[in-house]
Amino acid sequence: MTSSNMWLLRPLQERSTQIFLGLLTAAVVVVTILHLATPEGSALHVSAYTVTLLGKYLCYALLAVAVDLVWGYLGILSLGHGAFFALGGYAMGMYLMRQIGDRGVYGDPILPDFMVFLNWQELPWYWHGFDMAWFAFAMVLLVPGALAFVFGFLAFRSRVTGVYLSIITQALTFALMLAFFRNEMGFGGNNGLTDFKDILGFDLRSDGTRLGLFIATGIALAVGYVVCRGIVTSKLGRVSVACRDAEARTRFLGYRVERVQLFVFVVSAMLAGVAGALYVPQVGIINPSEFSPLFSIEIVVWVALGGRATLYGAVIGAVLVNYAKTVFTGVMPDAWLFALGALFVLVTVFLPKGIAGLLQKRRKATDDDGANAQEVAA
Amino acid sequence: MSIYRLLARIVLAACLALGPMLATAQVQDDTARDLLKQLVEANQAEKLGLLKEISETGDERARGWLEAFRGGKLAVVEDTGNVVIVLNNRGRDWEIADALSGDNLGEMSRRDLETVRVNNAMRAQVDGILSVIDLTVTDPQGRLDAARNLLGDVDATLAEQLEARLAEEENADVRAMLANAIAIHRLEQGDAEAIDVLSGSLNPTARAALNTAANGDDPALAAAASKALASIEQKLKINHAAETLYFGLSLGSVLVLAAIGLAITFGVMGVINMAHGELIMLGAYTTWGMQQMLPGQPGLALVLSIPAGFLVAALAGIAIERSVIQFLKGRPLETLLATFGISLILQQLVRTVISPLNRTVVTPEWMSGSIMINEALSLTLNRLYVIGFALVVFAGLMLIMRRTRLGLEVRAVTQNRAMARSMGIKATRVDILTFGLGSGVAGLAGVALSQITNVGPNLGQNYIIDSFMVVVFGGVGNLWGTLVAGLSLGTINQILEPWAGAVLAKIMVLVLIILFIQKRPKGLFPQKGRAAEN
Repeated sequence: MTSSNMWLLRPLQERSTQIFLGLLTAAVVVVTILHLATPEGSALHVSAYTVTLLGKYLCYALLAVAVDLVWGYLGILSLGHGAFFALGGYAMGMYLMRQIGDRGVYGDPILPDFMVFLNWQELPWYWHGFDMAWFAFAMVLLVPGALAFVFGFLAFRSRVTGVYLSIITQALTFALMLAFFRNEMGFGGNNGLTDFKDILGFDLRSDGTRLGLFIATGIALAVGYVVCRGIVTSKLGRVSVACRDAEARTRFLGYRVERVQLFVFVVSAMLAGVAGALYVPQVGIINPSEFSPLFSIEIVVWVALGGRATLYGAVIGAVLVNYAKTVFTGVMPDAWLFALGALFVLVTVFLPKGIAGLLQKRRKATDDDGANAQEVAA
Repeated sequence: MSIYRLLARIVLAACLALGPMLATAQVQDDTARDLLKQLVEANQAEKLGLLKEISETGDERARGWLEAFRGGKLAVVEDTGNVVIVLNNRGRDWEIADALSGDNLGEMSRRDLETVRVNNAMRAQVDGILSVIDLTVTDPQGRLDAARNLLGDVDATLAEQLEARLAEEENADVRAMLANAIAIHRLEQGDAEAIDVLSGSLNPTARAALNTAANGDDPALAAAASKALASIEQKLKINHAAETLYFGLSLGSVLVLAAIGLAITFGVMGVINMAHGELIMLGAYTTWGMQQMLPGQPGLALVLSIPAGFLVAALAGIAIERSVIQFLKGRPLETLLATFGISLILQQLVRTVISPLNRTVVTPEWMSGSIMINEALSLTLNRLYVIGFALVVFAGLMLIMRRTRLGLEVRAVTQNRAMARSMGIKATRVDILTFGLGSGVAGLAGVALSQITNVGPNLGQNYIIDSFMVVVFGGVGNLWGTLVAGLSLGTINQILEPWAGAVLAKIMVLVLIILFIQKRPKGLFPQKGRAAEN
């Protein structure tokens, strides 16, 4: 292979990446086997509902990895990553809407139901092309990427960083939420896009498709992880960590800080877009609430809990918090916001390095013990 | 209700109590009773004449009778021939009062009463007569309202009566209104001179009359009317601009109130407090709580909740500072996350303890209503109070920061903590006081906001992003910047709103700020000097 591919292959030789990929593969395989091979009603059976739920967690995990890439390795706390996630989701949602064809409630072959309902006569220009899967999937990457590029270009060029950038990203997603709530925007307004029928010809309600989406999400997470790992272990990644720790110094050393920031930011936005695109067919709806600042900031706490600048920590955090959310909202819905709020406070005050930090500390302790033992033995 | 009107009512009541000579009233009673009786029993054609006659008796009670007649509540007791007014006509037995003395006569079966029948044409006639009666009340505001009611409803006979009133009227406003009412009638008759009278008027009815004339058949009249309309449009535009400015300033002052506390905690101390919005919410709920504790006295409760709201929010703020923020010094992003968690907890706390629904906070009487500048422009009082309150709070903070020992110490600690401490300033104490001050001001904002928006658990959330925008736009660490930024953002928002819609205007303002920060990353008024570097 040529050297251009080296940065993608390097992480595969890392022990931590191998462990992560191994565990992820094992998890996906076990779930698949338990879903297919065990009879329904058996204690070991994993229902289609659970498969979809797990798929949702994996989407969140990919999103968390994207946030960890910019926050952990670039020092940019984005409070607007939900926007990229939602944009990817909307691109996928538009494709799925077009796939409905004349099976909608109003039976219009071209116009989605909500447009017929609003008395629109023809498809808005930005809806064209979304009937083709390749175009829609390209948009899943390009739309969040383009927004991140324009926004990042403007922000990094004028050296807006730190808290300012956080607040502006939050304003960005807030503005988008307000915009998408408007019916005139042509994205279904308040209700968003829903009532999907099939994807690439497969029925979305069949168990097989659900399992397929779950596996696809697992693969996307693995690829996303390797890409991020590749970036952070490359030279560019080292410069980006340097930007995080001493931006001015890196600049004076001759690096074009804003270019590094822009590149990493755009990649992260694209990953978030992919996560959103995989999320939509599994939950069956996309609406403007995904743009809400609360969701974006929730993502950050997943990463904070898992441990920033580790990537695998982000995955642990996303899955744990969302599992807790599922349990809490089922058992005592009122308590969830208390728990989430407390999580924010406790993690930042008592667990600044997250769960990954705990794991590392423990490993270091055992390593030290081992070293001491060897010393004693010698 | 405006203060003038209230005053006028009191004067009017006093006049009525002293009243015209009782004796004359007694003499009139018999004629009046006859007239009323005839009115009830007469046929439709005769009724009109009788109505006029009644109104011309000049009796103080004529208004009440006519109103009762208009509502179909005038009746004659079949046995005694007494004229009564029906007070309550529900059920089988009706509560009645004597029409002449006003004494309550208790209930009477409705079968013993002969009531008057009124049709719509008759009602319109009565309205006209009532307005003319109102033109003679002592209160100028009442006369003005009566004259305004007549606009566009003047016919030839009424016009004559109005001319007569105009000759006697002394109040300039009422004269102008009367002249307008007559002029509209004349214009309808095709009188070109009437246009001169109307050309300065901002009243919608006058404008409608001119509009009709401008589209009419008479070319000379149409041309003159169009010219008058153009000058009115010009005036309206100015008034409209003034109104937009007022709304903008009012929205802006709300933003300033919400952001000024943040300007202290974020701008001066450098602490990101995402729970700031919830401190505002606490202030608003304090107002609600005060009003619950003092039912029937919303005004007193509101005044008391100013210090109470400040204290509640300040104590909550200090608790947050002591329990969380002090451990996160120098880690702004972590502070942001932790305080966001606190904001979630506070919101949910209010939802669980009080209610997830909005609470109503009563606006005291002296704050409701509006001041009418002219026909096209009136300023709502509660917003005026909020603008004033925002300016007072701002001035107070300015004084504290510039003229007190605490302000000096705060600035010293912000600029160089180590140096300030070595000069003997207790930095921790300053931290607590500053954070308490900023939080307390958030509470004040909540008290003010309770008067103009819904008080609910999401109150704070709606303002937090805007507040940060204001602080960032104005330049961190600069109170003047916050004032200018808040007022200008509010105004820009109001200017954009009419042609872009509320949501789009908000989006445009956000985009505008994002672009602005490209040009001036440190805001409108950046801090200068060595202290500004990180």
